[in-house]
Amino acid sequence: MDTAVRELSYAQAIQEAMALAMEADERVFLMGEDIGVYGGAFQVTGDLVERFGTDRVMDTPISELGGAGVAVGAAVTGMRPIFEFQFSDFATLGMEQIVNQAAKMRFMLGGEVSVPLVMRFPAGSGTGAAAQHSQSLEAWLGHVPGLKVIQPATPHDAKGLLLAAIADPDPVMIFEHKLLYKMKGPVPEGHYTVPIGKAEIRREGRDLTIVATSIMVHKALEAAETLSGEGMDIEVIDLRSIRPIDRETVIESVKKTSKLLCVYEAVKTLGIGAEVSAMIAESEAFDYLDAPIVRLGGAEMPIPYNPDLEKATVPQVPDIVSAARDLVKGVR
Amino acid sequence: MPVEVILPKVDMDMATGQISRWFVAEGASVKQGDVLFEIETDKAAMEIDAPASGILRNITGKERVDIPVGQAVAWIYAEGEAAGASPVAPPAGETPAKPAEVTAALPIASQDKDEASVPQNRSESDSGGVRATPLARRLAREAGLDLTSVSGTGPHGRVVKADVEAAIAGGGAKPAAPAAAAPSAGSAAPAVKPMSDDAVLKLFEEGSYELLPHDNMRKTIARRLVEAKSTIPHFYLTIDCELDALLALRKQLNDAAPVRKTEKGEVPAYKLSVNDMIIKAMAMALVEVPDANASWTESAMVKHKHADVGVAVSIPGGLITPIVRRAEEKSLSAISNEMKDLASRARTRKLKPEEYQGGTTAVSNLGMFGIKDFAAVINPPHATILAVGAGEERAVVKNGEIRIATVMSVTLSTDHRAVDGALGAELIGAFKRLIENPMAMLV
Repeated sequence: MDTAVRELSYAQAIQEAMALAMEADERVFLMGEDIGVYGGAFQVTGDLVERFGTDRVMDTPISELGGAGVAVGAAVTGMRPIFEFQFSDFATLGMEQIVNQAAKMRFMLGGEVSVPLVMRFPAGSGTGAAAQHSQSLEAWLGHVPGLKVIQPATPHDAKGLLLAAIADPDPVMIFEHKLLYKMKGPVPEGHYTVPIGKAEIRREGRDLTIVATSIMVHKALEAAETLSGEGMDIEVIDLRSIRPIDRETVIESVKKTSKLLCVYEAVKTLGIGAEVSAMIAESEAFDYLDAPIVRLGGAEMPIPYNPDLEKATVPQVPDIVSAARDLVKGVR
Repeated sequence: MPVEVILPKVDMDMATGQISRWFVAEGASVKQGDVLFEIETDKAAMEIDAPASGILRNITGKERVDIPVGQAVAWIYAEGEAAGASPVAPPAGETPAKPAEVTAALPIASQDKDEASVPQNRSESDSGGVRATPLARRLAREAGLDLTSVSGTGPHGRVVKADVEAAIAGGGAKPAAPAAAAPSAGSAAPAVKPMSDDAVLKLFEEGSYELLPHDNMRKTIARRLVEAKSTIPHFYLTIDCELDALLALRKQLNDAAPVRKTEKGEVPAYKLSVNDMIIKAMAMALVEVPDANASWTESAMVKHKHADVGVAVSIPGGLITPIVRRAEEKSLSAISNEMKDLASRARTRKLKPEEYQGGTTAVSNLGMFGIKDFAAVINPPHATILAVGAGEERAVVKNGEIRIATVMSVTLSTDHRAVDGALGAELIGAFKRLIENPMAMLV
C-alpha cells in the first residue's frame, strides 16, 4: 500500500487513469474527435495513441451523434468505451444516444443489458471560446435516470472517479472544467477509485455551508480562506457527483451550520443549486435553517466572447465572499 | 382601484387584534378620516379611520375574531367604481396593487423606537405575523417560547437563532402554549407547564360550568403576570404610615381649591384624593433614593431620571395601569386631574398604548375595599410596586402611651435583581416620611 504520490495536472491524471485502465483491461478503448495524433483539443489523451495504437485510441469523424452511437453499441456488446466530446456543448448533438439509448437500455431490456460507457465532457467558460463552446450542461444530463453524472474538481478525484466510472456497469458522464486541466495536485500512483455519489468536505467550518461543484470548489475555498481572516468559519463541500447526489453529507453539514450557499457555474435557474436547495428544504435540515438559502450561479444568458463579460457571467471569488459574508453576518 | 383597509398595528407587540365593532355598514359612503371600526388591543380600544373616501365594501374583518396585523378587513371603492358589481366580491384582478402603501391612519404613535414594527410593509405581517427562520421556530418550540414575544434582529425583523437564544437567556419572553415537541437537551430549562385545559375541565362535572373565552385583556394579564412572577425574584417590605397629618392637609387644600366656572356650573379646580398624594410621595421617594428608580436588563441596570408612576385602575374585565409621567415634577393638583382623566378613559378602554406602557414604578391601592395589607406583583419593567392598604384608626403606642391614629399599611414588592433589601427599606422609609410629613410634597 506504499504508493507514491506525485504532483500531476488534472489532464495528466485523467490520461494516467485511462492508460492504467487500458493496460489492465483490453476492452477499454478511447474514441473522440482529434484525440489520436493531435492528442485531443485539450491534450488530455496526449501521446496515448503511440502507446496503444489507433485501434484503441480512435479518431472519430465530426459527428457526435455517430460517435456516441458507436460507443453505446460497443458498450452494449461487451466493450468499455471512453468517448470524449471535444466540447461539452456538443453533447446536444449526441443527446439521442445518451438520453434515449444509453440511459434507457438497462431498464427497457429488463436488466439483461448494461451500458458500461464513459463519456468525457470538457466544460465551462473562461477560455474565450464564446457561447457555443463554454457551457455547463451537466444538469441537463443529471435530470436523466439511468445516467451517472460526476464533476471532479481535483487531479486526485479526476483519476479516481474516472477509474470508478470505467469499472461502473452503467453509463457515467464526466464533466471536466477546461480551466482545471492545467491545475496541479497530488495524485497517487497506481490504481485507486473515488466512489461515485459521495461528496467531499474540502474545508470544515461551523458558520456556513457552501456546496460547490467543479471549479467553483476552488473559488469557494479561496473565499472561505479570505473570510477566515474575518473570523468566519466556513465549510466547503465539493459535491463531486450530481447524480446520484450525496444527500447525507449536505444535510448533515447544513444541520451543523444552519446556513447554505450553493455555488455553481451553470445557469442559476433550474440548476444543481435548485436541486440542493430543494433537497434541504425537504429534509430534516429545514428545521435547522437560520437564514434563507442563497444560490450563486451563472447569469441567465449565453456566455459572452468578451473576456470581461465572460468573467462577469459566472460567479467569481468576490461574489462568493460577499454572499457568504452576508449570510454569516445575518444581513440576508 | 379599491383602497385596502387593513387591521393596523397600534400596539408595539401586537400580532393580532380584534375588531370590537364596525361603525360603518357594508355599502356605506365614507369620507377619509371617518371612524370605520374599533380595535380592541391587549389593553385598549382604538378607533380606526378610513384611509380614503368612497364606498365601503367587502367587509371581511369579522367582529370579535383574532385577525393578523396587516390583513385586509375591507375595501373602499371610488364612487361609481363598484357600480353594477356584486357588493360582496371585489372584481377579479382588482385587488390592490400596492397594499404596502395603504395603512389606516394610526391615531397614536407607537412607543417602539424601531419604526419597522409599524406595518409600512404589509409583507412583515404575512404568514401568521412572525417572521422567523425555521431554526428559530424549532428552538422556540423546544424551549416553550412564544415567538411573538421575541424581537427579531435579522433582515426585515426576522427572528433568528440568536434572538431566540437571547430570549431564553434573558427569560424575558412569554411562555408559549404547551408544545407537543419534547424539550431537547438545549440550553433552556424547560418551562414549567400549567395544567392542560382538559386536565382542569375533567375535574368538574360536565354541565356544571360554562366556558367564557378570554378576551385580549384577560390573555395579556395572564401572560404578563406569569412572566412577572416566574422571572422576577420578588421580596416584600411592609411598613405602617400614620395618615392624620396627610388627611388634615388634604382637607385644607381641598377646602382652599379655587372655583372654576364650567358648563356644569361651578366646580373646584381640583379635589385631591389620598391616592394622588401617595403617587406624589412615591415619586418623590424615588427621586430621594434614585438607585431604586431602576429597571433590570440582562446587560445593564437602567437607571431612570424621572419617576413615572403607574397606577393600577380596576376596570370591567380586568385592570390597567396608566402612568403619571414625571410625577415628581407635577403638583398634587396636576397629578389629581391627570389621574381622573386617565382613570375615566381607562374605564372606557380609550387609553393609548403610550399612556399605559413603560413607567418606572407602580401603585396599587385596595384600601377602598378595606384591605389591610397585601403584596402586589411587579409590573415589568418596573423594579418596585407599592401595595396600599386601607387607612384605619388603630391603637398606636408611642413613648409608653397608647393613642389613636389613622394608620395605613403599605407593602413594597421589590425586584431583588435591581433593588436589594436595604435599598428597598430606604425607599419605603422615604415614602413613609413624606406621607407623615406631607407639607414636604408642596415644596
